[in-house]
Amino acid sequence: MAKPYSVLAGKAVRALARLRGGGSALPGLFVEKIDRDFVAAALAQLPHGVVLISGTNGKTTTTKMVVELLESQGMKVFTNRTGSNFSRGVAAALLGEVDARGRLVADIAVLELDEAHAVHFVHKVPPRYSLLLNVMRDQLDRFGEIDATANMLAEIARATTDTVVVNREDPRLRIVARTIKARVRYFGLHDSLLSSFPNDDSLHGGDTESDDRPAADVVLARLGDTATFSLHGKPVTTPLKLQGVYNVFNAAAALALALAIIGDDVDEPKLIARLADVTPAFGRGEKLVVDGQPCELVLVKNPSGFRLGLKSFPPEGYATMIAINDNYADGRDMSWLWDVDFESLHEGVAEVTGVRGYDMALRLQYDDVPVGHVDTNLTRALANFLAVSAGKPKRIYCTYTAMLALRRELGKHAKVEVIS
Amino acid sequence: MTKKRLTILQLYPRDMNIYGDHGNMLVLKRRAQWHGFDVRVVEYNPGDTFPETVDIVLGGGGQDSGQDKIQQDLLSIGPRLRKLADDGVPMLVICGLYQLFGTFFKTQDGHVIKGIGLFDIETVAGPERLIGNIVTKSDDFGDIVGYENHSGQTFLRAGVAPLGTVIRGAGNNGQDEFEGARHANVIGSYLHGSLLPKNPAIADWLIERAAVNRYGTFTPATPDDRFAKLAREHAIKRPR
Repeated sequence: MAKPYSVLAGKAVRALARLRGGGSALPGLFVEKIDRDFVAAALAQLPHGVVLISGTNGKTTTTKMVVELLESQGMKVFTNRTGSNFSRGVAAALLGEVDARGRLVADIAVLELDEAHAVHFVHKVPPRYSLLLNVMRDQLDRFGEIDATANMLAEIARATTDTVVVNREDPRLRIVARTIKARVRYFGLHDSLLSSFPNDDSLHGGDTESDDRPAADVVLARLGDTATFSLHGKPVTTPLKLQGVYNVFNAAAALALALAIIGDDVDEPKLIARLADVTPAFGRGEKLVVDGQPCELVLVKNPSGFRLGLKSFPPEGYATMIAINDNYADGRDMSWLWDVDFESLHEGVAEVTGVRGYDMALRLQYDDVPVGHVDTNLTRALANFLAVSAGKPKRIYCTYTAMLALRRELGKHAKVEVIS
Repeated sequence: MTKKRLTILQLYPRDMNIYGDHGNMLVLKRRAQWHGFDVRVVEYNPGDTFPETVDIVLGGGGQDSGQDKIQQDLLSIGPRLRKLADDGVPMLVICGLYQLFGTFFKTQDGHVIKGIGLFDIETVAGPERLIGNIVTKSDDFGDIVGYENHSGQTFLRAGVAPLGTVIRGAGNNGQDEFEGARHANVIGSYLHGSLLPKNPAIADWLIERAAVNRYGTFTPATPDDRFAKLAREHAIKRPR
């Protein structure tokens, strides 16, 4: 059991942090400091244990989908839905949910964790289920090398006690899967869709030999106005509110995980109906309305995510803005911008901003993309962007901390859902 | 009149391409075009035929697994690369290939990986990765701005010139003040970022050396480097 004083003190810090409009992680950092076992103690009480979702891209949206799919089956789910996917983010989310004695009323916890934090987390709280989405080059300034990232996911998988759900299209994860003692289930793509979802090796000109792809519980079979999934070999077609090819592949991952958790008792019509209704997580293709026009926020944080974002959202008819920060959560090395091809934006980018706005403008210059205006100050840049794009739909590509700041700023112009 | 052509050889793009080295190739190619050249890019992967005509050589970083894949092949083309260097062909090698252009790389467990010895330098695996923004100073290129991320610690033997001296950051090994190495017209460096976009002076120098070698003269154009200048100014102000 957590120490009562740490719960109360943490809740107080959380209330204060919210009053001053600060981030979600500060109170969690505080409670971790004063009671290192707080998280483990609170999560140990859950009857269906802990589900951990990790990988380079798609954690937040997939976590949101898994939570909703499990809820459709009548489970009460605890999750860290702020997208603060460091362990202190989990502690912060727990503070909001536990009662004063540290009790958490839920059946199961579904958590997204950054790979590096997950490795430490699983030693304190072994997950019953885990989902390994993909390994792409991301923030190598933190993790060193992509093979090291794969090793982190392997460690998460080895700590998992019941089932590990694995993306069979990721060659590094297929290798990881061979080393796992727990039950392994797969999700995947029909052969005809493989070229739409490049893995890291094919993005960088390497071999993509895929003879050793195992059978999968859930396969994304077809993608058009509706999506067709094959569930244990049976085709199911459904419309989706999610946009973007990568979000739909994440839906296959979420389905495979939900099926592994629920087992034979699944109410499939309810499961699919809920999936059809899932909307993107905040900042992941989220649509706001500004001055009567849609304004989409697309989070970008690594080359593969940025490429898939550009591929998923055609620029025609939209005014485009790009905001690049280089804080720790964004990745400090700007090299990644040079691994993204921006030629699809050849009609121009109206506004470029963020601490590294000039790095971004420089990148666009080398792809012959006209840049309307650059201002490293996000507030001024957004005001200028809204002025020059009046009457047009808008799309903003932004790194994590730029997205948080822009959402706050957009709140002055639009109704923005408050997520805490 | 047909345009003068420059041929850029990219070493091991399949295995040594980590994180933004594509930016160096793009900048070199575009700037050479801006300076009036027709550019041909030749990719060289293990087992390929080494091209007859080469004006600039470019090589990047890789993970340990990538370095294992290319090491034997690199040793086999080492004599050709050394001959090109002796002929004054400009080259830029970053991180992993910078290390393997040296005499050896000694891994954490004492295993020695032989390099081609084009640079008289040696590298040993260090206890921690040297990561962060870095600024160095060079007489030829001014301030050099970039981002380093390496665990190998490289030491220049007597008589080898560095690319720059460290103003802020770790550099070759975090102990002496040197970053990178130079030999003839060959530059080795740990800097990502990518290196060339924010350091166009180095890109133009490589192109100038290549043009003078092949055609005897170089008449530079004046590319618009406003964004590069501002990106440099902001990068220099960022914390480590």
